[in-house]
Amino acid sequence: MKISAKRFAAATIVASLALAACGGDDDDEPAADEPAADTPAEEPAEEPPAEEPADDMDEPADDMDEPADDMDEPADDMEEPADDMDEPADDMAAIDWTQASGTLIGAGASSQAAGMQGWQAGFQAGAPNATVEYDPIGSGGGRETFLSGGSDFAGSDAFLKDDEFEMSKDRCAGDQGAINLPHYISPIALPYNLPSIDGSTLRLTPELIAGIFANEITNWNDPAIAEVNPDIEFPDLAINPVHRSDDSGTTENFTDYMAQTAPDIWTYGAIEPWDTDGPGGGEGAPQTSGVVAAVAAGEGSIGYADASQIGDLPAAAVGVAGDFVEFSPEAAGRIVDASERLGGRNEYDFAIEVNRNPDSPDTYPIALVSYHIVCLQYEDQETADLVKAFMTYVSSDEGQAAAGATAGSAPISDEVQAEIAVSIAAITAAG
Amino acid sequence: MTITDAESPSTDLTAQQVSKVGDKVFSGLARGAGILILVTLGAVAIFLLTEAWPTFTNDLSEISGPDTFIGYVGPLVFGTILAATIALVLATPLAVLVALFITHYAPKKLAQTLGYFVDLLAAIPSVVFGIWGSQTLAPVLAESVYPSLEKYLGFIPLFEGPVLNSGRSMLTAGVVLAVMILPIITAISREVFLQTPRLHEEASLALGATKWEMIRQAVIPYGRSGVISGAMLGLGRALGETMAVAIILSGSIDYFWNIIGNENSNTIAANIALSFPESSGLEVNRLIATGLVLFAITFLVNALARRVANAGFSGADG
Repeated sequence: MKISAKRFAAATIVASLALAACGGDDDDEPAADEPAADTPAEEPAEEPPAEEPADDMDEPADDMDEPADDMDEPADDMEEPADDMDEPADDMAAIDWTQASGTLIGAGASSQAAGMQGWQAGFQAGAPNATVEYDPIGSGGGRETFLSGGSDFAGSDAFLKDDEFEMSKDRCAGDQGAINLPHYISPIALPYNLPSIDGSTLRLTPELIAGIFANEITNWNDPAIAEVNPDIEFPDLAINPVHRSDDSGTTENFTDYMAQTAPDIWTYGAIEPWDTDGPGGGEGAPQTSGVVAAVAAGEGSIGYADASQIGDLPAAAVGVAGDFVEFSPEAAGRIVDASERLGGRNEYDFAIEVNRNPDSPDTYPIALVSYHIVCLQYEDQETADLVKAFMTYVSSDEGQAAAGATAGSAPISDEVQAEIAVSIAAITAAG
Repeated sequence: MTITDAESPSTDLTAQQVSKVGDKVFSGLARGAGILILVTLGAVAIFLLTEAWPTFTNDLSEISGPDTFIGYVGPLVFGTILAATIALVLATPLAVLVALFITHYAPKKLAQTLGYFVDLLAAIPSVVFGIWGSQTLAPVLAESVYPSLEKYLGFIPLFEGPVLNSGRSMLTAGVVLAVMILPIITAISREVFLQTPRLHEEASLALGATKWEMIRQAVIPYGRSGVISGAMLGLGRALGETMAVAIILSGSIDYFWNIIGNENSNTIAANIALSFPESSGLEVNRLIATGLVLFAITFLVNALARRVANAGFSGADG
């Protein structure tokens, strides 16, 4: 009797192992999707798109070549149609997304998942005939799925790599490939647990931040910290830097920030897995919630986490351009404005090299910028219209507010919205 | 019999034939179930081997982490065994005491209730144990227990400190694992203690032994092999436990003896859970290869448990 009971228990362990392993196997499957046998369309992409207000199309395209100062004008155009959504749009900038219909498939970054819920709800409420599906399989998987034709757009924390851009020329109609649109900005705050300095805000320069997370500054009473915080009396308490124990885009952006602003101190570059590539030391915690809980539980701790998730914990003000800026959605949203567009692919691409050293202290420099990757030309009109409608909604004030409500993301500025509107308007269907 | 009657409604069949059909069907089902287990086990082993293979044939220095597979999996094996050992050391004595209390000391009603609650402990999802462990238990231990460990036992490398203020260290993970494997060890110990031959117990008492001496002379020697195999099953669970450890442990990939500090060796299962979602290519292969190592360790533990149990029973019977 006893032996059989034991055998049964052993079998249960084996069975659960088997289940876990099979789960892993399933995850791998979708990646093996057959690439859709897309043949590039013969028509040159320069051909005017098959849309009625074709004449108006040329204007914004001309604007593109001019300095970015002129960008304010189309921004004003944008807002008008957004206000009276019911009237048929006769201006190019006015893509009336409420008339969209069909199902749009997207896949990619899990960082966008919460924001996407807000976008899906808002878009489907405004355009009742349209549905958007999003599978948060991760940035790399999202780009892979998009490039193999398995989805209509990808969400990704990184823009298309050069070889991926070349592949996108096959995946998309025409020969212009895909473009990156920076639609989602997730600010990263530095929450800390120092009850004894309650009431005052901790200020940290990039060098101090890098020093703390590289284990070079190990006590809160370090004179270097006191120097930039003359009004605060620091306790003799060990600093416990908390990092993500799982691989995360948050870690990658935060370490990229340190690598760009204090390269002499943070010598590890922009890394995703902290444990294997980082300096060691500190406390590791899984997910954003784990980091926040670890900081809240341990006095003397400081961590980095999605700014909307840090709850009641105070967040450090970060040194920018000789001053200190506290986190706010508006300040974080300006990061895209402060960054330069990477040229060289095509004029509608909006890949940016995130600038962690803004020259004005009204920009909060630690944020994760996540993209939507879409084709500049789609095979069929319906998909092109649907993509345009959804991207128009997402980049609108309304869409940015919806993601802000569900995910705590920072809104992109009006100027960037206007630039993105030009790119979205350039999306066409083949033929 | 009634079941086989229902399955073969034909009235022509004699009773003898019906029972033969029933025998065949049942033995076929039982054999099928047995084969299914073997097939599943084989499928898992093949999956692990094929998916892990690229790890051994490719250059690991191209991906993040240590350049060799041993460098990567070594600390994980160390962490896995350390966590499971702490759990076992804490849980086994406690489980034996609980089992003895239930079988030999508690009034019948209390024994039943207590047994029920211990079994209930096994039904709590591990993710709940993880959240409880990291948010409730860990800070309490860090505040009230670990500082004394560091102060009075700090000369032992295990308690060297400094104490991690949030308490999410290896010892906390071990304590939570101990709570999780307590029900298995208790249940099996209880069953063996109950089966101690009544004559052994009475003989001991007749020789003038007190209750405690009787337990020491008759119950524990008889049940020892059962307790050991129960502990091995608990060890199997502790080795493979994923969610609770992933949530509680502040782990990284290196060797650490200090079990109350901020840096701890991660465990294989927790590392897979934490790293898998964002891994790709060779990184996935490497994670699966660590799973293969865990599979082998669990296999060894179970084989060992079987041997100990079999040897023990024949000895007790003879």
